Amino acid sequence: MYALADCNNFYASCERVFDPKLEGRPLVVLSNNDGCVIARSQEAKAIGFKVGDPIFKFRDCVRKHDVIVRSSNFALYGDMSRRVMKIFSLFSPDVEVYSVDEAFIQLDGLRGRNFEKLMREMRETVLQWTGIPISIGIGSTKTLAKIANHYVKQKPVTCGVAAIPCNPEEMLKSVEVGDVWGIGRQWSKRLRIYGVKTAHDLLLLDPVFIKESFNIMAMKTVMELRGEKYFSFAQSPNRRKTLLRSSSFGSPVESWQELSEAIASHVTSASEKLRSENLVAKSLRVFFNTSAFSNRDSMHFASASVQLLPATNVTHAIIKEALRLAEPLYKAGYKYKRAGVYLQEFSNGPVKRSLFDSVKNQGRDDRMMALLDGLNKNMGKGTLHFASTGFTKVMEMEQLCRSPRYTTLWDEIPNVIA
Amino acid sequence: MAEEFRLPLVGGRVEAGFPSPADDFIDRSLDLNDELVVNSIATFFVRASGHSMDGAGIHDGDLLVVDRSVIPSNGSVVVAVVDGGHTVKRFLKRGTIVTLQPEPSVINEGHYSPIRIESETDARVWGVVTYAIHRLERVCMH
Repeated sequence: MYALADCNNFYASCERVFDPKLEGRPLVVLSNNDGCVIARSQEAKAIGFKVGDPIFKFRDCVRKHDVIVRSSNFALYGDMSRRVMKIFSLFSPDVEVYSVDEAFIQLDGLRGRNFEKLMREMRETVLQWTGIPISIGIGSTKTLAKIANHYVKQKPVTCGVAAIPCNPEEMLKSVEVGDVWGIGRQWSKRLRIYGVKTAHDLLLLDPVFIKESFNIMAMKTVMELRGEKYFSFAQSPNRRKTLLRSSSFGSPVESWQELSEAIASHVTSASEKLRSENLVAKSLRVFFNTSAFSNRDSMHFASASVQLLPATNVTHAIIKEALRLAEPLYKAGYKYKRAGVYLQEFSNGPVKRSLFDSVKNQGRDDRMMALLDGLNKNMGKGTLHFASTGFTKVMEMEQLCRSPRYTTLWDEIPNVIA
Repeated sequence: MAEEFRLPLVGGRVEAGFPSPADDFIDRSLDLNDELVVNSIATFFVRASGHSMDGAGIHDGDLLVVDRSVIPSNGSVVVAVVDGGHTVKRFLKRGTIVTLQPEPSVINEGHYSPIRIESETDARVWGVVTYAIHRLERVCMH
């Protein structure tokens, strides 16, 4: 048996733990440079805010509904996430952290106990110790645990925890096919043509038919809905296929120096992510552009891609390729508003050696990356970085309305009135 | 790279002859976290401002260690949420009646009034204060 536990409106909940004035009010959290909505409180969802909404388009709405707008406070969210995950691991030795706010929990082996009761206890503990409300779904497969979790969110009567019942028909009928883990919007459109509307309809399809008209992943999902384990622990249907790192500049960038620093910074962050997931990338795309709202003469959209040989996750190797791609595309005199990198075609690391690469050289890169990641993890992001990412940070995130980093900086800890 | 530079930590000077008998007793230095933080997952640090708890040994500017996993009992000092803000007070429970009691010094007596909690909407406990850390002197590193 598995449980899927996730935090309700995680970023909004973190903000509320330290600022109770935000309770019961619509709250949205913005992306890095205050561009788009990335998280919403329940009240903001009810008003109709969507993830990805550019906030400047909603100024009137913000004013009208008295919506509280916060810049993202990743130091806080990261620390609270660490605490929540630690509590999960007090309840089960096997926790697969799936994202910043959700984890699968292996329940088998925790013998002689009522899983639902145990998970209610876990939910209470997380709420008491951290102030974060969570939802937990329990099922015999990961896909079913996801379904139960989805059900919990729809039905307040569950009080945060639900298990897939012995006769799951009712529950499966209440879940739209597009909400089934790993199905997504594209497939759900195609499935609707076959009359498949709910998770229960999907379960009734012939697995061979599914495998032939969709793919093996879709077939595995169907089997999982039937209660047969196809996704083992630490193995999930939607493995990363692409990795995008981009941002818009606080103020427009004109010089090659600044533009190249921004690109190198994005490569740095993307390759760190690759290494943390033990992946190497074979394809790299670099892009940068002016504002889409500037007049035609001052518009410039640049984009180019290259195959990385061998596939790699080594920061300096990718920076070199990225800058080699970008430099000929750069045109002086344009006001660039955005830059980014896009990596794809992943395989599992480590970096394969090419025939001409000396063994000594390769080992050196791996050790260097391990040292770099270790230092940056222990001493703070960006402690050690490549000179090409620059010492003047033009990408300074705007972050005009970030809450204090209550749990990670002494100068910003909460104040209590005595 | 890492293993090439990793060195064992040895306390005494290396000399010919007998090694220092103290080397067998090398231990980690004392860490205040061990003493002040029982449950790190549920522990938060906050700063007190104001004088309503001077009598309880909590002064303006003190650092408080707050453990959210501790269940408050009668007489605990707690951080509570009142009117959308955090406040530190003495938690008093008589039967079903909970009061958040200020505890000022003699000079300020009568300046602060107790807060009766009748329902969750009035106020609720955020965490229990386990330590108050009071600075006596500001030290600068030279």
